[in-house]
Amino acid sequence: MSAITVFAGTGNNMVAEALRQAAPDVVAAYPITPQTTIVEGYAKFVADGRVHTELVNVESEHSALSACVGASAAGARVATATSSQGLALMWEELHIASGMRLPIVMANANRAISAPINIHGDHSDVMGARDSGWIIFFAETAQEAYDNTIISFPIAEDPAVSLPVLTTLDGFITTHAMERCELLDDATVKAYVGDRVPENPLIAGDKPVSHGMFASLGGTYFEVKKAERAAIDASPPVIQKYGDAWEKVCGRPFDFIDSFACEDADFILVMLGSAAGNARTVARELRAQGIKAGVLRVRVYRPFPADAVRAALKGAKAIGILDRSDSFGAQYGPLGLDVRAALYDLPQRIPTRNYVFGLGGADVTLETMHKAYAELAELASGTLDEGLSYLGTRG
Amino acid sequence: MSSKQFTWDVSDFDTWTAERFPKGCVAIEAGNSELYITGGWRSERPVWQKDKCKNCMFCWVHCPDSSILVADAEMIGIDYDHCKGCGICVAECPFDALHMVPEGDEVTDEIAAKEA
Repeated sequence: MSAITVFAGTGNNMVAEALRQAAPDVVAAYPITPQTTIVEGYAKFVADGRVHTELVNVESEHSALSACVGASAAGARVATATSSQGLALMWEELHIASGMRLPIVMANANRAISAPINIHGDHSDVMGARDSGWIIFFAETAQEAYDNTIISFPIAEDPAVSLPVLTTLDGFITTHAMERCELLDDATVKAYVGDRVPENPLIAGDKPVSHGMFASLGGTYFEVKKAERAAIDASPPVIQKYGDAWEKVCGRPFDFIDSFACEDADFILVMLGSAAGNARTVARELRAQGIKAGVLRVRVYRPFPADAVRAALKGAKAIGILDRSDSFGAQYGPLGLDVRAALYDLPQRIPTRNYVFGLGGADVTLETMHKAYAELAELASGTLDEGLSYLGTRG
Repeated sequence: MSSKQFTWDVSDFDTWTAERFPKGCVAIEAGNSELYITGGWRSERPVWQKDKCKNCMFCWVHCPDSSILVADAEMIGIDYDHCKGCGICVAECPFDALHMVPEGDEVTDEIAAKEA
């Protein structure tokens, strides 16, 4: 029987607890705001003997993920955490980790990317990892950051997946704000995550193998990359399986998307991460006024749940896609492109508007959501065109 | 000409489709790079003159591709399947028993050596 501890904690507290309970063999990490308290908390767990982990204090994030790649190839359970410029510095190893099919769980405190220098929350950093072959979770709350981090371990390490996982939470809003948190007991989490059983470990096994092969000639690289695409495409049932199993343990629902009142909604806002709470509050207010508003939050961003997104949005009259980052020079922001691509497969065409919002931790208020919903009504009536705009700037 | 017995057949790996590669392109058996013929990268080849060779093994020690073939403490030839023509053996040989020849010229060179 599992026991639950209820306490007031931050997202970073909860990620550190989740990592401790999954008990990785190796954590190689470098501090960066607003991730620092994850690794700081974890280092304290190690120092206090509450978890037995080789904690490697490296000189940069480039080295942090490199050490994780080596440790994962060796056969260890591996985790790390980073943010913003740190994630950017890991860019090279992001692709090496996924290309070598190495399970690594990395928490990211979603933060703006320089320049200008800004330490606050948006999704510009993690969108740089979007195409790197990692499975990517976006948590809305500290509790969900805990749940996502725990389920990331068996997903990453399942031989049917064998891919690294980014479990992300919004900088400061989720990493540092205090919430009511439920922590399951260690034995329950330990039983849920199980042990990693590596397939071809460099040093944990009894046969010599080589990792990190040269595959430059004759199309081998092409074939191996095709296998990598097949692996992430085949991962949704495995993600669902471990999500469902965790739902049974903790009682909190798991799905790739979190759909609020979308079934009969005329106007739906789509987003990732912490802003969904404000959107739901405004959707409730509008529904009290007879306006059918809905909110669709994408929890598993890669692999992108296009079918579920399309199904949730298919009855809407207008859709607003909120991007907390921009894809400069592209037609829309990252989520805007994903959602519009998913909608292309519908027989009817639903007008959409893409909003870039909350960059660099700019305040996202109830008014922000009210403004977006008001524009969707204009969009549906034809008095507003489709396109992209910045929502919440001064002019 | 492999000196080992391998259980993982990679002889036709250049025809494998995506599903056949071990995850992450891991080589699941050690030492099989011997089966990967890389001699075709060479533009010049070392030619060995056995009569000048004193079996000092300098070339064997310095060869980065283990391409100096030795049996019973004596050099017996060069593994042209793996020699990439770097010329280190020629540079290290104290007895001028090795020299470099452009690929394709070795036949003419051998004839010239015999005639000399």
